[in-house]
Amino acid sequence: MAVNKKDVLVFIKAFKEKMKEHRQYLTDLDQAIGDGDHGINMDRGMKAVGEKLPAVEDKNIDDILKAVGMTLVSTVGGASGPLYGTAFMRAGMKMKGKETLEAADISEMFEAAIGGIISRGKATTGEKTMLDAIVPAKEAYNKAIAEGKSITEALTISEQAAWDGVEYTKTIIATKGRASYLGERSIGHQDPGATSISYLIQAGKEAAEQA
Amino acid sequence: MVGIVIVSHSQKVAEGAKELALQMASDAQIAACGGLKDGSIGTDMEKITDGINAVMSEDGVIMLVDMGSAIMTSEMAIEMSEDPDKITIVDAPIVESAVYGAIEASIGSDKEKIIDVLKQAKVQAKF
Repeated sequence: MAVNKKDVLVFIKAFKEKMKEHRQYLTDLDQAIGDGDHGINMDRGMKAVGEKLPAVEDKNIDDILKAVGMTLVSTVGGASGPLYGTAFMRAGMKMKGKETLEAADISEMFEAAIGGIISRGKATTGEKTMLDAIVPAKEAYNKAIAEGKSITEALTISEQAAWDGVEYTKTIIATKGRASYLGERSIGHQDPGATSISYLIQAGKEAAEQA
Repeated sequence: MVGIVIVSHSQKVAEGAKELALQMASDAQIAACGGLKDGSIGTDMEKITDGINAVMSEDGVIMLVDMGSAIMTSEMAIEMSEDPDKITIVDAPIVESAVYGAIEASIGSDKEKIIDVLKQAKVQAKF
């Protein structure tokens, strides 16, 4: 089973819906240990992506992902703009020339997105950020594919690993981002960025399910 | 003259720092790029890019940033600009750097000299 452009558009639109649905939840999480705008910002950014999509729907997968990234960096307004923006742009660049995506391509997109987030944000895992969800998610996805599972099964397992990462963020101190200003007071709280990126993987799983 | 771009999450902080700087050097080329388009808190890529373009010259541009996305969005704006090598983000406090930077720029200091001065400003005791 391969994933094509139609499925990539389903993925993007599903993420947009989730950012709208969970806007308040993400904002509340960010209120506790940040500046209280993560949900507002992600909803704004993905709404702008939704408006941009009709103009790029006919382009190739790589151009669509890059357009998502550019739109996010231009509209989100907070750290998630450059972080998600770079993630999408790097994933897009890796998919140049591809009209269908195989299991290995999705693995490359994970790698490229993570590489983009790390180089842009200069964080590593264990600092209570989105990386603490997407890195375990990538590892779980790769392991599942190596065991012969389908893309859909692998993304389902990957999503669970992301949520497990979100739980893990509650236990550690923030050493990156606005939450790091709170120091020890950040312990016990769930990271909003790890949460939103888990919804991104959930959107990927749902797109694969309907492919 | 080296241009100065001030990137803050707050429009008021960026404009206030620019105002203070212009008091000391009224001919300094300063772009205040704070907040989102509607004036709310955040950082705006388009504002930052417009600011760079407004104060760019042969002598280059220094960027003053507060935290987080001010740095990351500025880095992306530089990557996408026509003259990335001419633009440098400086690790120094915004308000003091706007003032010192404006003075240095207005007397013709080059970008490297200004960056040196601002690095001093970062470690100098206030009192």
